Amino acid sequence: MTVQQAAARLGWTEFHLADPERRVSGGYAGDLLSWVMGRAGQDCAWFTIMSNQNVAAVALMADVACVVLTEGVRPDADLLRRAGEKGVNLLGTAEDTFTAAVRLARALEE
Amino acid sequence: METIKLVYPVEGGDLIEAGEASSKMKLTLKKLGLPQDVIRRASICMYEGEINMVIHADGGQAEVEIDPGQIRICMTDTGPGIPDVQQAMQEGFSTAGQTARELGFGAGMGLPNIKRYSDEMHIDTQLGKGTTVTVLIKIPQ
Repeated sequence: MTVQQAAARLGWTEFHLADPERRVSGGYAGDLLSWVMGRAGQDCAWFTIMSNQNVAAVALMADVACVVLTEGVRPDADLLRRAGEKGVNLLGTAEDTFTAAVRLARALEE
Repeated sequence: METIKLVYPVEGGDLIEAGEASSKMKLTLKKLGLPQDVIRRASICMYEGEINMVIHADGGQAEVEIDPGQIRICMTDTGPGIPDVQQAMQEGFSTAGQTARELGFGAGMGLPNIKRYSDEMHIDTQLGKGTTVTVLIKIPQ
């Protein structure tokens, strides 16, 4: 499933889609950046409520498929700018992290 | 491929803007066409080192050497040094301040992550003088 397909299917808001065709192969939920860096798998969707611009750098280094801001969190202007500069897919949902992750997991299993 | 040497200054103080050196290195590794996993591991090691330099040492410098068989990243700062390296290597141990923690850092995973994603890691530290973290990442042939 591509990031764009996941966004359409799960109703994610598209804040910045740098690479819509990037494949999503799993998910990771976490807000401690170094923890995410160490544990998030390549090509996963990263669910977080963190919305500072370091999120874009971590997403780039950890090579995740996309960042999904949960709980209705919106990116500030700096994060949006950095996502654009670094080519990071940045999306959002009003759902809580658990619900968003479960829905993605189910979609990936189908 | 000849050895490629790159030098990236890391500015201290501004944690919000941290990660520029790592981003630039990642871009270069991509242009060189290195395997995705190698690029990812090198980028994670460099970023964690960069964040450490910003949080603890007011910046520093990263030297990157790319050979056909390996990437060597040498990150040097003139910060306070690490009093107990063994303790610093434990997951969850952190001396980062409140600001870093509020931004999502300071989870005590920086050095452990470097160890996890590198093939070799050496720490040379002297109290009051600084720290050099050297990382080797092998490129599968």
